[in-house]
Amino acid sequence: MAEGTVISQSVKESSEAYAIIREQFGSAVSEFDGNETMPFFEVLDASHWQEIALFMRDHAKLKFNYMACLSGVDYFPEEKLGIVCNLESLGALGHKLAVKVSCPRSGGAIPTVSCVWHTANWHEREAYDMFGIDFAGHPDFRRILCPDDWEGFPLRKDYKVQESYHGIKVPY
Amino acid sequence: MGLLDAGITKHNVLVTSVDNVLNWARLSSIWPMGFGLACCAIEMMATNASNYDLERFGIFPRSSPRQSDLMIVAGTVTMKMAERVVRLYEQMPEPRYVLSMGSCSNCGGPYWEHGYHVLKGVDRVIPVDVYVPGCPPRPEALIGGLMKIQELIRMEQIGLSRADALKKLAEKSVDPQAVIAEERKAVGA
Repeated sequence: MAEGTVISQSVKESSEAYAIIREQFGSAVSEFDGNETMPFFEVLDASHWQEIALFMRDHAKLKFNYMACLSGVDYFPEEKLGIVCNLESLGALGHKLAVKVSCPRSGGAIPTVSCVWHTANWHEREAYDMFGIDFAGHPDFRRILCPDDWEGFPLRKDYKVQESYHGIKVPY
Repeated sequence: MGLLDAGITKHNVLVTSVDNVLNWARLSSIWPMGFGLACCAIEMMATNASNYDLERFGIFPRSSPRQSDLMIVAGTVTMKMAERVVRLYEQMPEPRYVLSMGSCSNCGGPYWEHGYHVLKGVDRVIPVDVYVPGCPPRPEALIGGLMKIQELIRMEQIGLSRADALKKLAEKSVDPQAVIAEERKAVGA
């Protein structure tokens, strides 16, 4: 961050929380991005994601007890799929931090965190439904919004809608 | 001409055709199926409520398709719902009518291009008698559509197919603009 910039209190808190995670996991996590909108860091090695999540939830100085949202992202040019988790320490320490995890577009998987935050269960199902992200170890892994026999993942950049569904024409 | 407009003679005797009596009875008690799919349903409920008072037309929602004459498709029909709509339609006894309310159920509405999950017009799965445009249509527009259904029933005769009745209705349709202008003139607006 450039010298002389004013850092808000909330970003400072996020940065402090990040420092603890960095200390524990070292090169498995990226540098801290201290933007004002959504301070975040990336998990570079997705296989550590569950471990990091548990650490973030249970560490006495982190206490990220609330998953506000888990969204999917299609990084089409980089051939990757990813998630963004907005975590907060609600009613405890009051800080927030977002975490980004990604995996290869074909054949990749992200470990589930539904055992860490139950909210993630349905959010991961939605991310699977819309982006086709595979969440390894999910207890109830199926579509949540589209019909079970729907073809393709609608929010992928290269999505083409199917011609017909159960004999009903789909495109306009 | 309506049945009551014919006037009742001195001895309370009224002469009319069987068709006329049947149609009058049916069009005065159109029971829609009580189901809504999206924001149009809010307008439909408002139309049913006291301010617009659909019961003055004998229209009040039934909670079973087996007791309904009319299906008001009020809202966005998703691909998932489309099959359920067909099933509900098939459960309704004949003669049954379908009113498509709002842009979504007419043609897909704002979801026509990028709404992968939306059926682009409920007429792709069930036959529609009256389309009410709007997003959502105001209660007045829905009432207009319901009165069109009443007109359609009035066109029906024993032995006449629905297609022929619809054709008859189209031929006899009146441009409302002239009527509105006339009404306005009468009240001096």
